[in-house]
Amino acid sequence: MTTKIYIPRDSSAIGLGADVVADQVSRVSHSMKQEVEIVRNGSRGLIWMEPLLEVETESGRSGFANVNSADVEDLVKANFTEAGLRAKSVGIVDEIPYLKNQERLCFARNGITDPISIEDYIENEGFKGLRSTLDLDARSIVDIVTDSGLRGRGGAAFPTGIKWNTVLNCQADQKYIVCNADEGDSGTFSDRMTMEGDPFALIEGMTIAAFAVHATKGYVYLRSEYPHAEEVFNAALDVARDKGYLGKNIRGGERSFDIELRRAAGAYICGEETSLLESLEGKRGLVRAKPPLPAISGLFGKPTVVNNVITFSSVPFILANGGSAYKNYGMGRSTGTLPIQLAGNIKQGGLVEKAFGVTLNELLYDFGGGSASGKPIRTVQIGGPLGAYIPEKDFDLKLDYETFAAAGAMIGHGGIVVFDETVNMASMARFAMEFCAIESCGKCTPCRIGSTRGMETIDKILSGEDRSANAELIETLCDTMLHGSLCALGGMIPFPVMSAIKHFPEDFCLEPHATMAAA
Amino acid sequence: MISSNCGEARESDLLPLREVSMLENADYEVVVSAALKKHSNTEGGLLPILHEVQDALGYIPSDAVDIIGKTINRSRAEVHGVISFYHHFRNHKPGKHIIQVCRSEACQAMGAEGVIENLKAKLAIDFHETTSDGKITLEPIYCLGHCACAPAVMVDGVPKAKMSSDQMDGIVDELRTPKNDN
Repeated sequence: MTTKIYIPRDSSAIGLGADVVADQVSRVSHSMKQEVEIVRNGSRGLIWMEPLLEVETESGRSGFANVNSADVEDLVKANFTEAGLRAKSVGIVDEIPYLKNQERLCFARNGITDPISIEDYIENEGFKGLRSTLDLDARSIVDIVTDSGLRGRGGAAFPTGIKWNTVLNCQADQKYIVCNADEGDSGTFSDRMTMEGDPFALIEGMTIAAFAVHATKGYVYLRSEYPHAEEVFNAALDVARDKGYLGKNIRGGERSFDIELRRAAGAYICGEETSLLESLEGKRGLVRAKPPLPAISGLFGKPTVVNNVITFSSVPFILANGGSAYKNYGMGRSTGTLPIQLAGNIKQGGLVEKAFGVTLNELLYDFGGGSASGKPIRTVQIGGPLGAYIPEKDFDLKLDYETFAAAGAMIGHGGIVVFDETVNMASMARFAMEFCAIESCGKCTPCRIGSTRGMETIDKILSGEDRSANAELIETLCDTMLHGSLCALGGMIPFPVMSAIKHFPEDFCLEPHATMAAA
Repeated sequence: MISSNCGEARESDLLPLREVSMLENADYEVVVSAALKKHSNTEGGLLPILHEVQDALGYIPSDAVDIIGKTINRSRAEVHGVISFYHHFRNHKPGKHIIQVCRSEACQAMGAEGVIENLKAKLAIDFHETTSDGKITLEPIYCLGHCACAPAVMVDGVPKAKMSSDQMDGIVDELRTPKNDN
């Protein structure tokens, strides 16, 4: 009898040895004349268990964590039963609390299916949302998305339905759907996991968006740092075209839509939507002044929907189950679920999709299991390099856009980077300024010059030069950057800097009172 | 669709002229014209063209900048401006192997700085430099998306996660063995 084995093709899993394990399983089982079918699935998001090898059994898929090539022979000899590798057995994977306690709407399939098998996708609720749109007019699709309360998952949290409505109301000979897959924030990898593990969900979401606004052409702007995502997504595009889910007259209907993947080129700023559009047009990624909004004058001057990968891949569930089914999750104006990424110095790093309202404490300790080093967690940075550092006393914050904004923080794309007590916050603040200097597009002065001056001024504080005067200077500089920058890069880099000074003045050799007004 | 330059670039805008060894780059014209043929009618196709060229040659030779500009009706300065804006594009030939190390916050939280210092010392080069034997180029990168299994690096396009200095030393030694010369 053939044994079905799952070994992820997710690039984090590959980075931890999944390809080597897959090769070894195929070699050893061949030489032992065992019939094995290896499926290269996406990752379940239990990154700390990768490579997670799963075996199909009568009672479900049974897993072995952190498998390496030396484990394979014993596993094959025992015909992949628990007895072969008891120390690494994690039992039935679906029963693992980390997974079981999640609310997976967006990531329902990730790790379960073969990412480029459209049959797998359809068997697991795939294209249900798209099918429901075949009988709906554009207005009704937009209304359902508006009703769901879905907000942009790239970081800005703008209501998706309102954006789509603007594009729908524009008269134009050509409209575009652009997917922002330039996931540059440190600590985030949910876009990558989606594109590597469930690419049809993105294709389906973008197609629904196209139907909602009468667009016929879509682009996915994917960062060059994600070659594996590019490979999987391009393969999925081919399959979708071949099966009539992209191209002319999709599923025999009236509408046509196709998607082209464009590779970015390593500029963080191109995650900003107007800079991204410039880049797609073949130019330097300089930020555009708004207005006009991209929804009115976007790519090549045409009305354009620009949304993040997770925003699009949240849409199929909403169309399949209705806006209110989605709205049942979450709190306040933050409806639905968020794929949260636990990263950095965390014991059980990975992807946790939860309804809004979950607290940082639950995420860091119940899911994350505390720090990887075993030392106390000192701070977390949420929302990427532009996100504030949050001290331990605020770990009871609930994940909700408004709650975070009130606390001077942001959720952004849902990445949580954990630091233990060994972190030096002055060097993190300096790094924020340095990063801004490296990645600034250079169009506006506060960001281009302010970042370099900020770096120098922090250096002065650290070398003991006129500490309190320079601390004051940093504060004024941050104020200028905050209010004078054209986009969020220069406009938000003050958040990590000022929060570091406010909550951890001792790392800057500053007296707490010197920074009372900070942040 | 070759057309004239729209606006000549000032000399100071140009890439520094480098001697291109015609033997070494005998194929670059073939590569560039194939990329242009494939993408010259692609809307906003400059990045796809540049990617094709760099994927094949490892960098974008300065002579290619002229040909690309002329073909897609953009000035040499504009094409150069695009190449120099993006961190991914190189205007000089890299080593045989490329090690890209993540410097971002999640990797720092797991000790990336130490790994980087060790790697620079072992290779005796800084970021954006190539070892004197032409074998290894070291580049910083800002997030590879392996933030739950940091520190992360990419070696010749292959991801490596949870890297320690010892493991990186092993990788460098392996790259330096003669069997990895080609």
